[in-house]
Amino acid sequence: MVDFKDKLVLALGERDGISAPALRACAESAGAKVLYDVTQCFV
Amino acid sequence: MPDLCSSSRSLRQPVVRAARFALAHVPGLVAAGSKPRRDLAAATPEFRAAFFRHLRSFDAAVAYPPHQVLIGNLAPEALYDLPRPWHRRPVAGARPDGPAGCIVDERAFAGWLARADSANLLLVAKDVQLPLPDMTRVKYVEQIELERAIARGAEPVIVDGNLAAAVLPAHEEDASLSAPVLLENLAAKASGAIALRRLLDELPADPAVEFLIGCGEEAVGDRYQRGGGNLAKAIGELADVGTAGALDVKAFCAGPVHALIVAGALVASGMYGRVIVVGGGSLAKLGMKCRGHLAVESPILEDVLAGVAIDVIPDDGHSPLLRLDTAATHRIADGSAAHQVAAAHTIAPLRAAGLALTDVDRFAVELHDPDVTEPAGSGNVPATNYRMLAALAVQAGAIRREDMAAFERTRGMPGFSPTQGHIASAIPYLPHAVRELTSGGLRRVQFIAKGSLFLGRMTGAGDGASFVLERNPQQGKEK
Repeated sequence: MVDFKDKLVLALGERDGISAPALRACAESAGAKVLYDVTQCFV
Repeated sequence: MPDLCSSSRSLRQPVVRAARFALAHVPGLVAAGSKPRRDLAAATPEFRAAFFRHLRSFDAAVAYPPHQVLIGNLAPEALYDLPRPWHRRPVAGARPDGPAGCIVDERAFAGWLARADSANLLLVAKDVQLPLPDMTRVKYVEQIELERAIARGAEPVIVDGNLAAAVLPAHEEDASLSAPVLLENLAAKASGAIALRRLLDELPADPAVEFLIGCGEEAVGDRYQRGGGNLAKAIGELADVGTAGALDVKAFCAGPVHALIVAGALVASGMYGRVIVVGGGSLAKLGMKCRGHLAVESPILEDVLAGVAIDVIPDDGHSPLLRLDTAATHRIADGSAAHQVAAAHTIAPLRAAGLALTDVDRFAVELHDPDVTEPAGSGNVPATNYRMLAALAVQAGAIRREDMAAFERTRGMPGFSPTQGHIASAIPYLPHAVRELTSGGLRRVQFIAKGSLFLGRMTGAGDGASFVLERNPQQGKEK
């Protein structure tokens, strides 16, 4: 189990997987600071 | 459907009468794709040699099973019975013509490029004979002149392995009118026009085409209006559709499904009596997965440009209904997580129309060919989407968990689109759906498209759109 509190996060989302806004919401709700988030299309 | 007005004018029911695809097999243009262009610029001699060695012949492209599905000579389900990779299972006696479209070779396509060149920017080598009805407008030059033009920024057009033509830049300082961009746009215009011409030649001329909606991914314009658009009008002009006005609908991969909803609404309102959604192929995406293909000794499969034309008219008592009451678009607050996007386009609109997931016989999602994606590590895109749909069906209580695999197989299909993007997004199934909803046994098909808006860096949001196509209840009652 990773403790995200006060961690810095780079959130790389994927179109058919988990999008960057969803990753950001999860990371921030766990106390992390999201420095950068982007969703990519790896298809 | 409710009346729009209390007066005598009420909404008309739109139907999808037909759809046609045109595939232009252009191995000579694969090196001009975005990824190959970058890779070849920094390539070792070995990579360069392997790249050109893995380009396919026209016959191999015609016999490729997914292409035969796209032009309607095979049903999508036939791919279930073919072991992968499909490029090792050529269809015996395959023809470049089918009930859903055609495949043209690169010489024929170069002829269409010349026809599409309304700005006289194409130079053609003197010893090259292009199949053109009118040769007078073509600028023929010596080979040395072609080479000089390319050294000054013109973009080469390779046919049968030889330098056959070149597109000149239209402005020295305008990146939007550089030769590579112009070739990309000419290729979209030409491939869209081939599909449109095919549809017009095979369908009744009545009613006249009143409007064209472009749904492609190209950006036509100059330095002051990049992506200014309305390629639909240029496609219509090239396909000799003098009766139509036009505009483009832009929404990344979801463009065609959005465009079909708009087309349906325009027909329903009585604004237009016949609307055709058109789109050309994306030259930038040629060879996009070439590294993956070379790594597994596969031919470079992204060697075709796909154009599409889809005919929307008022109810003819026969063609499947485009049910606007099931049309859904992804709203800003819907959420961009995969399950939220899927639910917004499947369960939510169905429920609003009084339907369950199990009332839909077939779902058309992004139908990218797994032969293309898997060697590059991108997975099987349709299979992933159908797994998500099946999971939603379990969550909604429509099926049991142990029935997920059967749900995916019977209500889904294998991917057969030659490229990702707008062409892959649900619409490859349209010709098959029209057949199955008229002469076959299906009642409803839901078309679901997603768009990766975030790629343009203007939003973190995704996008999507969907609608249901339904068997016409008057079918069989007509004389």
